[in-house]
Amino acid sequence: MDYFLTEEQSMIVEIAKQITDEQIIPNRAELDEKDEFPREILESMGQADLFGVPIPEEYGGFGGGCFDIVLALEQLGRGCIGVATAFAASSLGIYPIMISGSEEMKQKYLPDVAAGKHFAAFGLTEANAGSDASGIQTTAVLDGDEYVLNGTKQWITNGGEAQIYTVVAITDRSRGARGASMFVVEEGDPGFSCGPKEKKMGIRASSTTELIFKDCRIPKDRLIGRQGTGFITVMKTLDSSRPGIAALGLGIGQACIDEATTYAKQRVQFDKPIIGFQAIQHILADMAIQLEASRALVYASAKHIDAHPKDMSKVSSMCKVMATDMAMKVSTDAVQVMGGYGYMREYPVEKMMRDAKILQIYEGTNQVQRNVIGQELNKEYSRK
Amino acid sequence: MKIIVCIKQVPDAKDVRLDPETNTLAREGVQSIMNPYDQHAVEEAVSLKEQLGGEVTVLSMGPPQAEEVLKQAISCGADNAVLISDRAFAGADTWATSYTLAKAVQKIGKFDLILCGKQAIDGDTAQVGPGLAIQLEIPFVTCIQKIREANDTELVMERMMDDGYDVIAANYPVLLTVVKDINQPRVPSLKGKMKAKKVQIQVLSAEDVGADSTKIGLAGSPTQVVDVFPPPPRGERSLLTGTIDEQVEQLVKKLAAYI
Repeated sequence: MDYFLTEEQSMIVEIAKQITDEQIIPNRAELDEKDEFPREILESMGQADLFGVPIPEEYGGFGGGCFDIVLALEQLGRGCIGVATAFAASSLGIYPIMISGSEEMKQKYLPDVAAGKHFAAFGLTEANAGSDASGIQTTAVLDGDEYVLNGTKQWITNGGEAQIYTVVAITDRSRGARGASMFVVEEGDPGFSCGPKEKKMGIRASSTTELIFKDCRIPKDRLIGRQGTGFITVMKTLDSSRPGIAALGLGIGQACIDEATTYAKQRVQFDKPIIGFQAIQHILADMAIQLEASRALVYASAKHIDAHPKDMSKVSSMCKVMATDMAMKVSTDAVQVMGGYGYMREYPVEKMMRDAKILQIYEGTNQVQRNVIGQELNKEYSRK
Repeated sequence: MKIIVCIKQVPDAKDVRLDPETNTLAREGVQSIMNPYDQHAVEEAVSLKEQLGGEVTVLSMGPPQAEEVLKQAISCGADNAVLISDRAFAGADTWATSYTLAKAVQKIGKFDLILCGKQAIDGDTAQVGPGLAIQLEIPFVTCIQKIREANDTELVMERMMDDGYDVIAANYPVLLTVVKDINQPRVPSLKGKMKAKKVQIQVLSAEDVGADSTKIGLAGSPTQVVDVFPPPPRGERSLLTGTIDEQVEQLVKKLAAYI
């Protein structure tokens, strides 16, 4: 379907498509097999200005919005959401700075990320704080001109690879949600280290580690925004980033339809290509219907979010749920259409099916997204 | 460091076919691309500029639509683009093309280094690079697979040979032709694409470059193409199967039939 993209948007798609076709697709199986971080591909994305897409022009970026980043991520996701997750997590890591950081902080960190020289990471999740962010145990205590951080973050994408980490820590437990603050921690800060790489089911090209803070001392000007505003920044960050995860779902969905349809045209059983059988046609048709419907919602949501509406949380949750549930369904169906071949590692759809699962889990599980939508509906209708 | 890169727009080799009636290249509906070797030349020029400073000018001779490949080079980091385009250039062979490019290079002015792809994938002659150096009366080195060191006065490089490589040093000005091993061309950047959209490409005619009309186009070309034809279809073939012994037996029987 033609979404009448602007010339600039078409350029973003062209660049992301070229990197996907020339660099990601030929290497994705090996990166997956070896659990290898795609540093060269990410550098190539940096050189092509893709990291700069969501960053304002005054900090060396392209000044793009949610829709622009969605278009890039959809293409990258078509290749490998492991690679795309490493890319997306860097944007996620700098959203707190873009949303709540001071001018000095933006000047200091954003240009290097825009140029792809530095990667970023976002540290929220802990052993007892994932869907329930109020369970955060990591603390930050002001001591003279420094904050001292203690605690451990878990499952942090780009851990050990990023140079800049935006981290949530409790500065005043008595104030509940208003007692959390966000900080920038840099690679090499005293008392800060990353754990070993986690072994994952999918998105194995991305690096996932613990972030460990043991009396980690950072200058007090690394506080993002004001003390106690951490949760607000986190929520705004996730509202902005969720459509990007939805876009990865679109990418997987498209790749699965491409693979399954091509296969069904070639695979001959009972003397004809299996695409000639209604049983297969109906599976492919349902895959295409779900993908196009999801794409329409994701694109519409991203454009809506670019206008900074009040119902941003609800809309970004809706598109995340729909597109990522679609990705899980469509990738499972692609494996089914391809039968035994689909189940083999020699063909790409088994990886897509393994990869798709994380989309329903990270950046807020799809159950939590439904909670958000439900709570927003409750609020909306209470006002009427 | 002033670098000129000569590039050519060619039909995509994945899609080449002959018009069965005229036996000439069928260009209709065939996508045009930047000659792949030239993409490596552009990349090397941009890398050298990033390392040593200076500017990269891309130069192409061709019809107006060759602007597309010049814009592609701009999006990959080249600074300026010049197109030499004139109906009088039509039918030029490699000698007339070298002459015309040399006139354009003289018009562009001072340069330190000229980079070309080893050859174009349509003509496959590998003559235009060396021909241009001869016309400009500068040294040239072909088939460069690596530039080991580059500074403001000298280049040290590796020339690909059949059985290894030569290490060659050269002073400026010099012309190099490059092979694909030299680098991995970068993906165009967003800022590059924006720049390419706005760039004003300088278009020069035969008169603009001061070309002698007897030395350009078909009139200036010592090579005359007498005929172009597709290779004759191969005769009937069959594939022997089975074990090696069985295949040998089958082959002997087939050969015996000719005795």
